[in-house]
Formats: sequence, C-alpha cells, structure tokens
Amino acid sequence: MGEYVIKLPDVGEGVAEAELVEWNVAVGDVVREDAILASVMTDKAAVEIPSPVEGTVIWLGAEIGEQIAVGSPLVRLEVSGEGNVAAGSAPAAEKPVEKPAEPEAPAAEPAPPSKPPAAAPAPRATRPPASSGAPRREGDRPLASPAVRGRAREAGVDLRQVRGSGPAGRITHEDLDAFLEAGPAAAPGTGLRPDSSVTEVKVIGLRRRIAEKMALSKSRIAHITYVDEVDVTALEELRAQLNRQKQDGQPRLTILPFLMRAMVKAIAEQPAINAHFDDEAGVIHQYGGVHIGIAAQTPTGLVVPVVKHAEARDVWGCAAELNRLSDAAKAGAASRDELTGSTITITSLGAMGGLVTTPVINHPEVAIVGVNKIQVRPVWDGSQFVPRKMMNLSSSFDHRVVDGWDAAVFVQRIKTLLETPAMIFM
Amino acid sequence: MKDITCQVLVVGAGPGGYVAAIRAGQLGLDTVVVEARRPGGTCLNVGCIPSKALIHAADEYFKLREVAAGRRTPGIRVAAPEFDLAACRDWKDGIVNRLTNGVAGLLKKSRVKTVEGWARFRDGKTVAVDTALGTQVIRAEHVIIATGSEPVELPSLPFGGRVVSSTEALALDRPPERLAVVGAGYIGLELGIAFRKLGSAVTVVEATDRILPLYDSELTRPVGHRLRELGIELHLGAKARGLAGGPDGAEGALLVETADGGELRLPADKVLVTVGRRPLTGGWGREELALDMNGPFIAVDDRCRTSMRGVYAIGDVTGEPMLAHRAMAQGEMVAEVIAGEKRAWDKVAIPAVCFTDPEIVSVGLSPDQARAAGSEIKTALFPFQANGRAMTTEAEEGFVRIVARADNHLVLGLQAVGAGVSELSAAFGLALEMGCRLEDVAATIHAHPTLSEAIPEAAMRALGRALHI
Repeated sequence: MGEYVIKLPDVGEGVAEAELVEWNVAVGDVVREDAILASVMTDKAAVEIPSPVEGTVIWLGAEIGEQIAVGSPLVRLEVSGEGNVAAGSAPAAEKPVEKPAEPEAPAAEPAPPSKPPAAAPAPRATRPPASSGAPRREGDRPLASPAVRGRAREAGVDLRQVRGSGPAGRITHEDLDAFLEAGPAAAPGTGLRPDSSVTEVKVIGLRRRIAEKMALSKSRIAHITYVDEVDVTALEELRAQLNRQKQDGQPRLTILPFLMRAMVKAIAEQPAINAHFDDEAGVIHQYGGVHIGIAAQTPTGLVVPVVKHAEARDVWGCAAELNRLSDAAKAGAASRDELTGSTITITSLGAMGGLVTTPVINHPEVAIVGVNKIQVRPVWDGSQFVPRKMMNLSSSFDHRVVDGWDAAVFVQRIKTLLETPAMIFM
Repeated sequence: MKDITCQVLVVGAGPGGYVAAIRAGQLGLDTVVVEARRPGGTCLNVGCIPSKALIHAADEYFKLREVAAGRRTPGIRVAAPEFDLAACRDWKDGIVNRLTNGVAGLLKKSRVKTVEGWARFRDGKTVAVDTALGTQVIRAEHVIIATGSEPVELPSLPFGGRVVSSTEALALDRPPERLAVVGAGYIGLELGIAFRKLGSAVTVVEATDRILPLYDSELTRPVGHRLRELGIELHLGAKARGLAGGPDGAEGALLVETADGGELRLPADKVLVTVGRRPLTGGWGREELALDMNGPFIAVDDRCRTSMRGVYAIGDVTGEPMLAHRAMAQGEMVAEVIAGEKRAWDKVAIPAVCFTDPEIVSVGLSPDQARAAGSEIKTALFPFQANGRAMTTEAEEGFVRIVARADNHLVLGLQAVGAGVSELSAAFGLALEMGCRLEDVAATIHAHPTLSEAIPEAAMRALGRALHI
C-alpha cells in the first residue's frame, strides 16, 4: 500500500490559484483512474480535475470556496502499488490514534509534521448523512402521523402549508401548534403566513466572478446609457426571407449576427468604441479586430462567449460561430480562451428583453450594446399610425473616454444600418 | 308494508357496509342496513375467513403427515393422520356463524336496523327491498352503496357442474382427487395449495407468464419454489379453453392451450376458476342513478362521495385494491363524513397479504414501483435464514425487504415473504403511516426471538450497518 498525492495542476495560462467549487469525491470513496475528483474555477471557466491513478481517498485538501494555489496538494489517495510519497511523510492524521483512553482523540488529530498547521487542514469528516431532514420535495405529500393529519383537518389546516421540523420534514404536533399559534389571520383561509427564515447562500464560483466583475465595472467606470428605438420591420422581413431560403448547413439567423455586422461597420468609423481603457496605466488600447462578447445565460449563471474577429465573418459566419459558442457555454464546455478577449459586448435577453436596460460595461471595455424586445408599435408615418416592428437598443459607454456625442453617433449609425439592412451587406 | 324513513341507508353488510352502519349508529344517526344474506359479506361468509380456516386445517394436517413421514420436527412420532373435510367444514361454518352473529349483535348494539332482502334503487334516495314478507321501501337522507364484488366467470368455463368459484370450493365435503385451478392469483394459489396439502392432485393454469402478478418476482420466488416442492403442476402462459366433452365436462378434463401453442388435456374432477373479481355494479338498480363511473367501478372522491349528492360508495365497488380492510376504513370514514366530521382519505398505504405457503405481505411501494414513482431509493432485504426464530420453527425460507428514499431515508415500502409473515403487516403499516425513516425502524427494539427482528435488520442493512448478516 502506498500513498499518492494529487496536486492542483496548472489549469490555464498564467493562473496561479483557482477556487474549489465542487468535490466529486469524499474521504473513503474509491476512485478509478480518470474519475473526476473536483472542479475548480479559474477566471471564467470551470475545470475538472481527474485522478491520474486508482485508489481510495484518504484526505481532501480544501473546503469548497477556498482558493488553492497551483501545485499544492489537493487529494491524497491510498493506492495499491507504491505511491508517490515516502511512507514517513504521510500526514499523521490517518494513522490510528494510539490513545484509546482518550475519547476525544479522533477529533484532536495532530497536524502533519512537515507542514505548518494552517496549510494542513484536518481530514474532512465523511460525507454528512444526506438524510438529515431533507425537506419535502415539491409536490410531495406532507409527512405526518395519522393523529397530526386528523388534528390538522379538524382545525382546517392544509398541512402543505405547515413546515415540518421532524426528520425527513415530518410535521409534528409541535409544528402544528406553532402554525396554529401564528394567529388566526395567518392560519386558516388565506394560506399566507409570514416567513422570517433567512437562507445563507455562499457566493462561490461563477457567481463570485460575476459579483467581482460587476463591482469592478460599476466602481471604475462612469456609465452613460443611451437608448433609441430602431425600426426593424425591413430587417425582420429580410431575416425571415433568408431563413426560409437557407441551405443545409447554414445556421438559422437571429437578429444578433445582423447587429454584430452593423457594429463592425459602425466601429470602422469610430475605432474609439472598440477599445480597452487601462485606467491604471492611463492608456486606451484601440483594437483592429472586433471581438464581440455575447452575454449568455447558462444554468450556473451568466457567461460571455466571445465571437473573435467579427470583422472577418459575414452574417452567416457570425451566426455559426455564435451558435457554436453558446452551445458550448450552456454545456459548460467552453474553453477559457473562448470566454475571454472581447473588445465590445452585446447583451440580449431575447423575449425577456424588456423596454429599456442599463447594461453594465464589461471592464476594461468602453461600450456595451443592449438589445431590447422587438414589439409591434404604432408609428406615425406622417399621415397615419402604421404598425411597425420596433426594437430599442440600450447602450452604455464609458463616459470617461467616450463623449455623449460620440455615443449617440455610434448608436445612430447602427440604427441606420439596421433600418436599411441592405447597407449591412455593402 | 310501511315505508321506512331514515338518515343513513347502507346497501350491503359486508366489511365496508357493516362497519359504516355500526359507526353511523354509534354517531347517533338513524341507520338501516340492507343485506340479502348473512351479514359479513364475501369476507366473512365465503372469502377471507372460511378460506383461512381451510388453509389452517390443511396446514395442520399436512404438518402431521410430514411428521408421520419423518420429514419434519425430529423427535415427534405420530401415526399417519386422517382428514375429514366434512367435519372440518362444520368447524369452519361454526366460526363463520360466530362471526356473522357477532356482526349482527354489533349492529343491534349500535341501534342499526337490519333489513334482510335484495335492494333495488328506485332513485338516489329510495330503495325497494324484496324481503320474505314483501316489498319494503326505504327512504334515506344519505345512502352508502357497499355492494361489493363477485368472482369473474370465464366465458369458456361458466360456473356450474365441475366448474366452481372459490365459494363452492370452500363448501366441498371432500377434497377433489384432481383439482385444476385456472388463475394463479392469490385466491387460486391459496386454495390450490390448501387442497394439495389435503391430498388433491393440483394443477394451476395461468395465462400470464408468472404467478401472483400483483407482486414482484423477488417476493413470489419462494412461493414458486414451494409449489414445486409440494408437487403442484404449474402451466404459465397457458389459456383454459373449456371442458373436454362440452359444457358439462363429460370427459372430466380441462382443455388448455399451452404457451407453445400445443393443447393439453388436464384430467380434473373440479375446475376452480379464480381469474379475479369484478365490482357488483348491476342487479340493484344502478341504472336508475346517474352515477359517474371510473371504468367498471363507481367513481368516488376522497370522502367516498359519488357524483350524486348524498350518495356514497365504499369497498370493492369503488376500485382496487379490493380488500376488506380498505372497505372497513372507508366505511368508518364515510359514516363520520355523513355525521359532519371533517374526514378525508389520506392513508399512506393499504397492506396486502397473500396466505400462500409461504405467506407474502406487501405494504407501500416495491423497489420498482418506488423507482417508477421517481424516487432514488435505498433498499435491502434480510433473509430469515439468519433469523433464530425462523430456524426454530422450521421455516427459514423468505425475507423482509425495506424500500426507502435515498435522500431522506423515508420508508416507502416494506415487504416480506415467509411462514407467518402476514402478522408483520402491523409493523409495516404503522411504519409507513407514521412516516418512519430507516433510522426509526432500525432504532426500534424488536423482541427476540421473533421473525420481526428481520425488520430492523433490513433497515440497518439499507443503512449499510446490518448486524446479523
């Protein structure tokens, strides 16, 4: 029997540490070669750490949410062959404690001798029993003894409204008493009752990245948001026409590739919009390439896949690349490279787009274009109201380096292009 | 005859009807129950009770035979026993009489009036009863339909002559030499095994590919094993086609189409047809009522109310499972509903017991059912081979099985197969109804030495810490 230490590998260029977001194993688990041990989060991408060998987990090196330095021990395995550490250097923690008279002994494990105490977290307890009072699932019938059910019915209480404090969420007589005591206003009839519970949700992983990013953007950048409406009737007709005639292998076109191409054209006239502002160095980097980040919702939160070099892609090329990237992002398979490097960003909530948004600029960029919902609105054509498909664009600019005038010119240019879509193709 | 007017009229005095009537009487409601035969219904008269008496007698006789043959309980020596089914039947009838008289007494004590005769509905609140003294009209504010069920007849094997239902089988005065049982459900196997133990040559014909289709194969395997041990011939996937020599079965054989399409002639003195029971929804004037149906059953809500105001239905006529204890629980509830109490059907589980050899008991969900219901589960079984009581009673076959949700260990089902396990249904039912978790079952002290020790052991095994295995 040997011991094998798995260290946090280099998970991306220039990354010195990563945040642990998930353990896939617990102490005592037997893992096979290539089984996933844990997930860590770098700047934007989650990376899974596989096990290079087969063995039994005897030690886990961090708590979820902790930052781990690349190269520091992540997991210790007991392996059947020789391990990769000398037997003597194994942490004393998993040695049998030779003080049977001391009942507290297992809790007072000494730290490994070779390391300072802080760097040697005690072995994690085995997985907490998953059974400890898991709450009722949605739609589960309330769990209560026949006597409690009878009392509740007598009192006109729907047990689905009553919190169960017992094991597995079982509703006890005391729970029912508490519910009834909560007052006649709350108990029968309305089914409404005050909820004074507070749920603590640890902000980790992607959520924490987003929080930091947003705070950075809002604290550094002086936002100015400019909204105008765009008549997309002609564009929508064109889009529908193109989609009807699309050939196999061509992507279905949404409005985004047209917007991307319009932005490329507008940026050609206003390169200052497609830039990073390094406010510490006091330098603006204007980019030749238009790398458009597209904010996309995934099951775990917001990610921004980046369509690189939109200036070198036509409408279909933009659409195909966007599809590929958003599929990858939704599946959690987008690479770090595919999620970074944007020079300007589009944010769109599709059907949820609303009337107006105040987009937050993706620091250190200087502009973000927000797409609102397309709606048929009555438009005065000079003699009468006509129904037109209208869409608002809500765009924010870094007012430190972009003047309101320039912002307006940029948006008006995009508006003109979208309202006369033939110009996008010229 | 003078019309009777009452608050509650119960049609049928089976387990559901008589319980509803007793409870209604106890609650001070002016109650009348109509029954054409003795009170107690199928259960007391021609079902549960007489069949259990016959099964007990068969078991006792068979044990003695095994002892006499030196195959059982070393140390006891007896001469070959004899069996007299007619005397046994009289004993059995005595028990039935005691019970039905007991029910009649309970009804009287609860001030329930009993009208003997066949009831026909005239409208939702009026029935006419053909009594020995003429037609009795009864009007009621609330009517409880508790007409029960009857054995299903096969078109190819109409009851009569050699072809009998369970009712006639329980009234035989001697065991048939050759008994063919059509249908390997619990009634067919219970009676088939009993008659085999009484000396009949028994053949069972089942149309599906397994015995006891209502139970999972893990539970039925020991029963199948026992059938072979007892020498009961089993034809699965086989269809009974009729009697050789016409409807009267002059040739004394049952024609069977076997699974591979061949034909089989099974010599049989009696053919017991037990292919299920159907709700008794005809013959009492249901067509006069505008009752919504649920397939062949009368549709009821969680208070046993039918689609007609003031008309309730309970028991077999309302659906599966067609079990006496379900009917009784509905009867008790519906009487309280009529009395204005806030009651509704909220049972977690209805136990089902099968008095085969060995017995089967199932409460709640089987592992497959629990998975199908979308639960991630933990399940474990504890074999009686590791139970001291089972060894000392020469009955080591079988096990207790527990099914629980994986996330919070809530017990979803408990099953057992083995000698005498029907009594474990009490612990099983209580565990489910109280919402026990595996830890609750594991932490309850069960007396030693009893079969019930297998219950906490199964729970502990599901938790990964069984002691005795």
